[in-house]
Amino acid sequence: MSIDAATVKRVAKLARIAVPEDRLQPLAQELSGIMAWIEQLNEVDTDGVAPMTACVTCKLPLREDVVTDGHKRDAVLSNAPKAIGGFFVVPKVVE
Amino acid sequence: MSASDLTGLTLKGALDALAEKRVSAVELAQAHIDAIAVANPHLNAYVLETPDKALEMARASDDRRARGEAGPLDGASLGIKDLFATKGVRSTAGSKIIGEFIPPYESTVTANLWRDGAVMLGKLNMDEFAMGSSNETSAFGPVVNPWKTRGSNQPLTPGGSSGGSAAAVAADLCLGATASDTGGSIRQPAAFTGTVGIKPTYGRCSRYGIVAFASSLDQAGPIAKTVEDAAILLRSMAGHDAKDSTSLDVETPDFTSFLGKSPKGLRIGVPKEYRIDGMPDEVAKLWDQGVEWLKAAGCEIKTVSLPHTKYALPAYYIIAPAEASSNLARYDGMRFGLRELGNGTLTDVYEQSRAKGFGEEVKRRILIGTYVLSAGYYDAYYLKAQKVRQRIADDFDAVFQEVDALLTPTAPSAAFALGDRVSDPVAMYLNDVFTVTVNLAGLPGISIPAGVDAGGLPLGLQLIGRALDEGTLFTLGGVVEQAAAFRAKPERWW
Repeated sequence: MSIDAATVKRVAKLARIAVPEDRLQPLAQELSGIMAWIEQLNEVDTDGVAPMTACVTCKLPLREDVVTDGHKRDAVLSNAPKAIGGFFVVPKVVE
Repeated sequence: MSASDLTGLTLKGALDALAEKRVSAVELAQAHIDAIAVANPHLNAYVLETPDKALEMARASDDRRARGEAGPLDGASLGIKDLFATKGVRSTAGSKIIGEFIPPYESTVTANLWRDGAVMLGKLNMDEFAMGSSNETSAFGPVVNPWKTRGSNQPLTPGGSSGGSAAAVAADLCLGATASDTGGSIRQPAAFTGTVGIKPTYGRCSRYGIVAFASSLDQAGPIAKTVEDAAILLRSMAGHDAKDSTSLDVETPDFTSFLGKSPKGLRIGVPKEYRIDGMPDEVAKLWDQGVEWLKAAGCEIKTVSLPHTKYALPAYYIIAPAEASSNLARYDGMRFGLRELGNGTLTDVYEQSRAKGFGEEVKRRILIGTYVLSAGYYDAYYLKAQKVRQRIADDFDAVFQEVDALLTPTAPSAAFALGDRVSDPVAMYLNDVFTVTVNLAGLPGISIPAGVDAGGLPLGLQLIGRALDEGTLFTLGGVVEQAAAFRAKPERWW
């Protein structure tokens, strides 16, 4: 399926990536090229095939529901672009 | 021993020299630090050199050895792909968006290496978020392959995404390196640089602390100078880890014990679908030669069919971007990494931070992933690809009823020139045509340097095994290594 500039704009919005207007058309072309190549998957008969979810069969492990880690506020904040008084500082969310 | 004698050692050779007290861990680390200082301005293999840390770790290693407490890797100077979180040492995944991130924790794979006594020389360059086949998507610029075509001065790609790891091993800038492989990122660079690289079975190595690209495909493994070195490194790197729920709770064998075992009677499959149109003669010839080597060693050769091979790459380019778009949603400029203020609104901070922080290839893949997962398309793309993936895995299951391993070329060509394929994403993706099937099925694959092309560039052969049967790959890899007697080294131009 061909992807147009409007679709790129919508998808970029969903992905939260700013794309300048003059990049929309070239990106639409690139992505259309890739998606056209991917279309060949439709040749494969997958009737009755369950989608693969795990490579090597194994049971999902369970563990005790206990606290194993914590009290690392300073480590958690150590890479924050902005932190004050033990909190992340983020742009205003609610006007 | 002279400095170049030291860096020229294999990992096994260095461990023996350390055990026999012919060399100290400090001397070994210093020789590598000096070699890196000379080479790195030309090769760009390391994005961060950590000489002080290396010497500190080496001194501690020498002390342990003096006390008789040396571990299996004690004093071995290694390079670490920058995808692995290293506590207190900047880890970037080759991306500007992670910026100057200093992890307050250690990845399990590197923690295992330090537990066994290894020494860290620095962090190795890579394609951004491991997305690339030529190392050209790195925010730090491409790695230059230490190999050059005979009579040419053109800089070549070391492959990707573990290009820094492969180049550093090939140029003797470490004794071995960690790497990771989502679609071929260990094996293709190993083939391009005349080194050995193994992607183990999915779940052998913990993914904890490895920056996530496509979680159902990502797997860590070593790049090394020899098959034996790869076996030594993998044994330390692998093992069950409760911090990764997909890590397999199975015993890690002594992989070196499989080297030198008789390959007599092993059945080797040659998948006919891998003989693709346009395969260079040299690659086809080397593959035939590999078949002859294994036959001469007493293996039984069978032509087999993996009918869904051609659909592996297109399926991968749905699954990997889909998982990546989800994994990379965490880079939002809030808790760590780059923050661009834009017009100050929350949405604009997200959009501007991600626009500025991600490179072009990463953005392309996030957009593809977001598109195929978006409302109305999920069934047509993602679900379809996961079904095709099952078909591909079923193909392998069927042939492993008849054979014990498969032999294929690692990559469809030798190393190509930097800049050659950047403008055509699909042409770049085709690099992984022989390796990506293995990731989709979760199987182990190893690349062995087996010959050179007309220009003197290395070419690799790949062996694919059953899940958890890395042992057979080490046995057969040793046979190919010995038969090929690949001794070529890049001529030192740096």
